[in-house]
Amino acid sequence: MKKLGRLKKLFENRGSEQKIMSLFITAGYPDPGSTVELIRELESSGADIIELGMPFSDPLADGPTIQHASKIALEKGVHLDIIFDMVSEIRDQSDIPIVLMGYINPVLKYGLEAFFLKASRAGVDGIILPDVPPGEFPEVESLCMKHDIAPIFLVAPNTPEERMRMIDKSSRGFVYCVSVTGVTGARDGSEVSQSVGKFIDKVRNNVKNNPILIGFGIRTHQDAMAISRGVDGFIVGSALIDYIRSVSDQEDWIKKTGDFVRKLKYGTS
Amino acid sequence: MPNSRGFFGNYGGRYVPEILLPALDDLNKAFSEVRNDKTFQKEYHGLLQEYVGRETPLTYAGRLTEHFGKARIYLKREDLCHTGAHKINNAIGQVLLARKMGKTRIIAETGAGQHGVATATVCAHFGMSCIIYMGAEDISRQKLNVDRMHLLGAEVRPVKSGAQTLSNAINEAIRDWVSNVDNTFYIIGSAVGPHPYPYMVREFQSVIGRETMDQSLRQEGRLPDHVLACVGGGSNAIGIFYPMLDHQNVMLYGIEAAGEGVKTPRHAATLTGGLPGILHGSLSYLLQTQQGQIAEAHSVSAGLDYPGVGPEHSFLCDSGRVTYASVTDEEAIEGVRLLSSKEGIIPALETAHAIAYLKVLMPTTETSEFVVINCSGRGDKDMETISKFI
Repeated sequence: MKKLGRLKKLFENRGSEQKIMSLFITAGYPDPGSTVELIRELESSGADIIELGMPFSDPLADGPTIQHASKIALEKGVHLDIIFDMVSEIRDQSDIPIVLMGYINPVLKYGLEAFFLKASRAGVDGIILPDVPPGEFPEVESLCMKHDIAPIFLVAPNTPEERMRMIDKSSRGFVYCVSVTGVTGARDGSEVSQSVGKFIDKVRNNVKNNPILIGFGIRTHQDAMAISRGVDGFIVGSALIDYIRSVSDQEDWIKKTGDFVRKLKYGTS
Repeated sequence: MPNSRGFFGNYGGRYVPEILLPALDDLNKAFSEVRNDKTFQKEYHGLLQEYVGRETPLTYAGRLTEHFGKARIYLKREDLCHTGAHKINNAIGQVLLARKMGKTRIIAETGAGQHGVATATVCAHFGMSCIIYMGAEDISRQKLNVDRMHLLGAEVRPVKSGAQTLSNAINEAIRDWVSNVDNTFYIIGSAVGPHPYPYMVREFQSVIGRETMDQSLRQEGRLPDHVLACVGGGSNAIGIFYPMLDHQNVMLYGIEAAGEGVKTPRHAATLTGGLPGILHGSLSYLLQTQQGQIAEAHSVSAGLDYPGVGPEHSFLCDSGRVTYASVTDEEAIEGVRLLSSKEGIIPALETAHAIAYLKVLMPTTETSEFVVINCSGRGDKDMETISKFI
């Protein structure tokens, strides 16, 4: 299957009442040996997309949770080739869309062309680079197109409408709607949902070519349902990693994480 | 001038979260307006004169000159600025800009504490609220400056991630800015960060170079033959270099911190030992690992202890206009001793790196020439660190 197709197919086949759930984990957290098994468990528990975090030493758009996960993953020796191997291994077993998320410097050091080539070969569907907004690094965008990897860009509550249209035009796969101005994991859901309605209307009026997923501040099923009303789905990252952190010393932590994820998606496990 | 996308040659840019782009656009617009605005410039230069104490002297260093027996040596006395370093030139400019933009909350990062003190000082002067992010390691080695900031009414937030130094403090300040972008103005203290910061900081610091040129003409009848400055992020260096860049006869030297040696992993000599990469919003030379992770810098001087460098310095390094070299912790301490004993001026550990390079430069000079060192800060804040070596 053509890679851009996996994300596209997912959104095309979405039922009108169904919300797409995208889950972020840091590759190699809590340990590199369990990432593939964890992703399979997330998938069987209801994840529709996996955002796989490429750890970076200086994650300046992330709050303490993802900073911690990145630090542990780096201490355990995770780097890009290991992540490509993880993706290939999942691809042998599953067609779940996989989006890599991380900061530009390790990608740049790896070599832009080599990175996109290997990511494409491994079966990566999209990429989110929070420190590369559209228009600031044209070569990254053209390499995405060349290698059929969807460049996924973010819109924020303070993004001007004209720029939202530009972001929509530059994005493939979906547009990542940041519910609040802040770093990842900073707010709780009830605080977010009160302010988010008007913003979502504005995003929907301007982002017309891509599905919209909303993230930042979603910790429970109730948060997810309240905040993602009016968009195609939601993204959970920090809350999932916090949960993993709380159970990772237990033998059945992967299974427990599966239960947590089912509850996130369906309200009950 | 950087191009419209904020690049000096290949270096610079705006590699930041989407949330910050509108803020950078606003800042760029506001800064372009004030650059040629007479009222703003009058207020800025008025404060530099009456509050900072500019112009700072260009002091002839007679015994230091005698010591080397070659070119005459002058010191551009930024250590005599109010608060004890050049940092306040920029802090005043940015606080005035923040006021003009209607921002009520000021945040800043600091390494050695000089930029933190300068920012807290200007905020106290204008009655503005001020939060300073500072690495926990730096808090312990620059305690005096932390006390000063508290006294000035600033809140100092310790940063405990990574090496707990300047780079981590910048990460945390950026996270704060991302979270409070509507009412907050981030005053970056060095010529680093996303466009327009490197350009704006240079403009606010260029007063150093312009004065140096005027004073050289007055005191020596011509421009200097050699100009030295220390380089961490590089604000004092770009400030003194920039007005002289087009004067090709003026040789420029940027001195980085070699820590325990550039062959060891414990140094902060980014242009000597780094490779281009992206950190804190711009593409520039960086200390990084094979995998593109940011390496921990090391320098005895907290103000130079940074794994990046301003993008314009990367450009000037590649073009060869400026010569970049480095000196070790030990040599910097010798530099402190030398200037203290010969001239009665205790320099900051940062500044001492430029002083220490004299032993390399001076033998190559002629007695007919003259050298200017940017004496970027005074050493009172470093006495605790210096005491360990003497």
